[in-house]
Amino acid sequence: MSRSRTERLVNLVICLLATRRFLTAAQIAQTVPGYEHNAAEPREHEAFQRKFERDKAELRELGVPLETGTASVFDTEPGYRIARPAYALPDVILEPDEAAAVGIAARLWQHAGLASAASSGLLKLRAAGVDVDSQATLGIEPVVTVEPTFAPLTGAAADRQAVTFEYRAPEADAPTRRRLQPWGVVCWRGRWYVVGKDLDRDAPRCFRLSRIVGEVRRTGPAAAYQLPEGIDLIDYVARWSGPPEHRGHARVRLRHGRAAGIRRWAERVTAHHDGDVAVLRYSDPDSLAGYLVGYGADVVVLDPPEVCDAVVALLERTAARYPETTSAATDLPAAPAWSGESR
Amino acid sequence: MTASVDRLSRLLNLVPYLLGRPGIRLSDAAADLAVSERQLRDDLELLWVCGLPGYGPGDLIDMSFDGDTVTITYDAGIDRPLRLTQDEALALIVALRLLAETPALPNRGSVERALAKIESAAGDAADTAGRVAVRLPANTDRLGRVQEAVRRGRALRITYYTAGRDETTDRVVDPMRVLFAAGRAYLEAWCRRVEAVRLFRLDRIDAASELDEPASPPPQAQPTRLPDGIFQPTPELPLVTLLVGRDARWITEYYPCENVVEEPDGRWRVSLRASDLTWARRLVLGLGPGVEAVAPGQLRDAIGADARAALAAYR
Repeated sequence: MSRSRTERLVNLVICLLATRRFLTAAQIAQTVPGYEHNAAEPREHEAFQRKFERDKAELRELGVPLETGTASVFDTEPGYRIARPAYALPDVILEPDEAAAVGIAARLWQHAGLASAASSGLLKLRAAGVDVDSQATLGIEPVVTVEPTFAPLTGAAADRQAVTFEYRAPEADAPTRRRLQPWGVVCWRGRWYVVGKDLDRDAPRCFRLSRIVGEVRRTGPAAAYQLPEGIDLIDYVARWSGPPEHRGHARVRLRHGRAAGIRRWAERVTAHHDGDVAVLRYSDPDSLAGYLVGYGADVVVLDPPEVCDAVVALLERTAARYPETTSAATDLPAAPAWSGESR
Repeated sequence: MTASVDRLSRLLNLVPYLLGRPGIRLSDAAADLAVSERQLRDDLELLWVCGLPGYGPGDLIDMSFDGDTVTITYDAGIDRPLRLTQDEALALIVALRLLAETPALPNRGSVERALAKIESAAGDAADTAGRVAVRLPANTDRLGRVQEAVRRGRALRITYYTAGRDETTDRVVDPMRVLFAAGRAYLEAWCRRVEAVRLFRLDRIDAASELDEPASPPPQAQPTRLPDGIFQPTPELPLVTLLVGRDARWITEYYPCENVVEEPDGRWRVSLRASDLTWARRLVLGLGPGVEAVAPGQLRDAIGADARAALAAYR
């Protein structure tokens, strides 16, 4: 925005805040610097009208509440003013510890999409007289990442307006277009999901925000549907993405001092002369087999047969895929230095 | 929001901000507003020529400069900041909720009171944030104990499980902070064993005891920057190439990949940095037939040898 346009808009806000009467576009043009034109000249007048429309849109984007109305019953042309109570942030009185919490909260977005919204919000609080210590810490802090579709989806859910987006599940070859009435957005185990009614499947669904490709577009009117009552969105996502119930029990033999990961996870481990026997709970024999096979010869499945068979089948396919080579270099080098311990 | 709208918003809020802080140093104000001092001076010059209709000396916004300080002497009626927009309310309210949800937070009360006040000040703009629900991992005793050690500034002896090498080790660490990322809690600490800063997943700390000595991370112990998540692959780590079938494509969401290319047969050729090849070996073995290791050759050899050794036990 040019300097002169910014100046004009600041003056427009000051003027409309100061007036109690509604001012028509013509009155504004005569008052606020930057709108001067010859109203009798049609081209000049049209240019002014376009300029004024753009400026109004800009102010609305900023959240400036423009009120329209007529100054008296005899006026036919609508006028404008800004109602001070709707414009101004109400008093916010925060104790120092509360202000520190707000400062820390605003910093959470420093790596994520809402950083600029957080800092402009913080500026407004400061302008309302809150002293925010930007150095405060809590000794514990969440690191938040969020996808760019977060704000558009929550906005659409608040306005109860349907959206469309391209969604790509990793097992699909190409993204598919989905139509959704969003109910809300959920952060569960560090991942973001949108929950709502899938209009093509006519059933509730949830979608991971990280799998949405491109933009989210609103479609149809706002306030087009009701949010279902009594639904706990987190519960819904947890059930959808949660691990299945572990019903089965498997017994495996572990080499002494090996397979630390299995030992940590086992229900119990008992020592035997030829190795330790661990009891594991599982739901799906194939996924348990995949996990166990990762430990190679350190683990032997004792029972049940369904797990044993799954492991043998996996190992046979693996052995066939990686035939023995003449090189004897199967010993891996020692682990290189690495800056994290998270895996 | 576009940069231009950003500036207009800043200008409108700058007047009430300065009004409440007569005689503030320009450098302090610039730091609070996250702009350069030069930008701030430019903003003030612009405001100086704005004001009430009439636009005479008594109508324009006025301010006095004294050395490097500024005082607003006439505000032309913009003495209050604008209301929070939907996005601003969303950013502040959701972040406060995330904080309030953080287990073992020392001063949850402050966060909850701040949240209530911001929600009330935001008014209708808080509606959008009302459509967001957050939940972080459940509380644990261990988290409380580690958090306490960080707060008291004590060194810790921990028993830690390293999944990459499938081993459990004892080490003494100097705690720096506890943080939550991607839904998990971590202790960031100087590890005296490896003499480097490490992130320890709390669910892999099998035992922790506070030592009778202060935590003293050396000066070179810098907090990890976490713009892209916890695992930050570095070029010196071994590069592993895998051919990934449809059912195992999820690994590209789970691990940071250097490159993903679709092959003619529909499989994905995926390159990623492995913390070490032992980890890569267990990953590939565990993923089963859906994933084939392509390179390095020694990884293929190790996987094949592992599978044959394991099969021998069933024959």
